[in-house]
Amino acid sequence: MCSLCGILGGNEHWADAVARPGVYTRAANGIDRRRERARRVVIANRILGHFALTISDWQGTKYLLSTRTGKTEIIDDLGHLWPAAERLAGRPIDPLDSVLITRIKAESRG
Amino acid sequence: MGEPFPAFTPVTLLTGFLGSGKTTLLKRLLTDPALAGCAVLINEFGEVGLDHYLLERIDETMVLLQSGCLCCTVRGELSEAIRDLHSKRERGVVPPFDRIVIESTGLADPFPVLSTLKADPVLRHHFKASGVVTTVDVVNADAQLVGYRESVRQVAIADVVVLTKTDISDPAQTELVKEMVRSINPDAPILQSVDGDLAIGILMDPTTLTRSDALQSPGGFYCDEGWVGPTALGHADRIRSFVLVFDGAVDWTTFGVWLTMLLNRHGDRILRVKGILNIEGEEFPVAIHAVQHLVHPPVHMRSWSDREQRSRIVFIVDGIDCSAIEQSFKTFHNIADATPSQEWEPSLV
Repeated sequence: MCSLCGILGGNEHWADAVARPGVYTRAANGIDRRRERARRVVIANRILGHFALTISDWQGTKYLLSTRTGKTEIIDDLGHLWPAAERLAGRPIDPLDSVLITRIKAESRG
Repeated sequence: MGEPFPAFTPVTLLTGFLGSGKTTLLKRLLTDPALAGCAVLINEFGEVGLDHYLLERIDETMVLLQSGCLCCTVRGELSEAIRDLHSKRERGVVPPFDRIVIESTGLADPFPVLSTLKADPVLRHHFKASGVVTTVDVVNADAQLVGYRESVRQVAIADVVVLTKTDISDPAQTELVKEMVRSINPDAPILQSVDGDLAIGILMDPTTLTRSDALQSPGGFYCDEGWVGPTALGHADRIRSFVLVFDGAVDWTTFGVWLTMLLNRHGDRILRVKGILNIEGEEFPVAIHAVQHLVHPPVHMRSWSDREQRSRIVFIVDGIDCSAIEQSFKTFHNIADATPSQEWEPSLV
């Protein structure tokens, strides 16, 4: 977690933008926010599974990112997810990587 | 009691290569009554007299936070300077100002300036990035854009490009430079500083709904035909722009996962992402706008233009294969298709 962001109660990530005029958000109300977080966990796990990682929601405020051996980090949002995931996986997580693309395609078909 | 200051004071970054006319443009802008309440931060003193405006000098120090969070690159001295101005304004020590213009040095990387506003916990509640204005000297642009990576990056992240010295250049040269700029940043308006009616409004506030309107307008989105191609410069293998056009509706959740993942790994080489998305389940389009690792809040647009309702995303990349991004986008899109949207039902807890 970013040390500065923690001081005033968390960073506002663009994917979690708060409801205000002109800004698009899926956090307009509690139900929408929870639905979006849950779906985000499902989608992210489709990717993280290729790196032996899983993510879960924690109290609707944080996420828990874990390895299969139980090593876990608490993260705030998608901005922190991927650096943390790369640390835990010990290798880059690259959406342009042809091997990863091939594996995702195979999984989507299967 | 009314609000004495705007909720978010806009901050405009004025950048451009060495000698490209930043200070001259700034001097001219500051004579405009519309910018009477403008504070100016400059990296180095120019030759123009700015005595009657708020003026602070900033020196170069960079703070990289030990957090692993790539967005949190803060220019310490800039953060301090803006905080100081904010504090003085609150205490009435300086006259109220409703805008800040930061003039960067000719070789500065503009990104840390923008990320400072986002990463600093005080600044992000009081200030907002309001766009990057880049000056391009048409007399020297061809050599600078070919020879200096900084120059190309400054053009790439511009919201508005202002051509300078067009009065001492022949029209053919000006046209050539326009083509060069368009090949790097096809979506940014190109203005000429010698124009008498240089629009202050476009220069100073291009990032809010104004831009969304421009993107919506039929002529505002220059590369909506899927323009793909190398730059006209000698660095075709490096900086290039292209448009990803997508017919179907975009799944917002998957898009967020994908873009954050992409920018985490390649943000330093993806100079700009800007576009309009047709989001599944929404009747209105959403505009997105990112500079390297920094993504601005997505803007909810009022309506689609009559012409088309396809998602269009402009990428300006440095040394990344365009087809790899397209392939990746489409593959991730299929994850959304394969993921039932009703995997979670609301329940009482």
